[in-house]
Amino acid sequence: MSNTTMTDINRRNFLEKSLTTSTVGAAWAFGLLAPQAVLAAWPKEGFEAKDIPSVLKELHGIEVTVDDPSVKIKIPEIAENGAVVPVTIKSTMSGVTQIALFASVNPRPLAADFRLTDSVPPMVSTRIKLNKTGDVVAVVKVGDKLYSARKTVKVTIGGCGG
Amino acid sequence: MATRSTIKIRAKEKSGLAQVRSLINHPMETGLRKDKTTGELIPAHFIQELVAELNGNVVMTANWGVGISKNPYLSFNVKGGKKGDQIRLTWTDNKGNTDSKTATVV
Repeated sequence: MSNTTMTDINRRNFLEKSLTTSTVGAAWAFGLLAPQAVLAAWPKEGFEAKDIPSVLKELHGIEVTVDDPSVKIKIPEIAENGAVVPVTIKSTMSGVTQIALFASVNPRPLAADFRLTDSVPPMVSTRIKLNKTGDVVAVVKVGDKLYSARKTVKVTIGGCGG
Repeated sequence: MATRSTIKIRAKEKSGLAQVRSLINHPMETGLRKDKTTGELIPAHFIQELVAELNGNVVMTANWGVGISKNPYLSFNVKGGKKGDQIRLTWTDNKGNTDSKTATVV
């Protein structure tokens, strides 16, 4: 009888311990490994790069952009709150497959990388953070060429402080 | 996951396009910000990928970084989207959380 109890307790302990360990293990794996495994397409290096040419190299393999008037950025000239700056990127070119949006003064300049299909015309609106006054840059990809536009935004309150 | 959707989405037909507007509830933490009381860094927590589908076909994938504002807003158009079509948005963040919502084009 006492033997059985011992076994039971041991088994319970064992189960409990293994459960705890595996939960922690799973949480760790989920938090650190899963996203990269799941989102294999997410361009990690591009989002971690600290200047625009490096990002472009990571995203497209080229870093040469041509300024083009058909790429338009609609953004306020003065942003009162850098944490929320509405921006619209537009292009009149056809065959745009990708739109990259940069805040050149942010610690991580790449804010967004939109991959468009033929069904989505080159126009997206979102809201970005701006660390301080500086240029917002849009780069659109047509074929294997990059076209860009930039606009300076004056920020009165930064977007990355508390 | 949360019982209430984190996504608000509206889609409206206008001149051969479906105009999609959406708002997502998400902290979009950069990982560079400090907690004011403890002085410790708040870990990064942000949406990495947002997929838009029209009637089940992917029309756009947005890869996002920490430069997108808290509670992100996104609008875009989908060619050929007409009344009754289904527009679906799905996001995935760096912690592996995900949510999606479908709207009917009106």
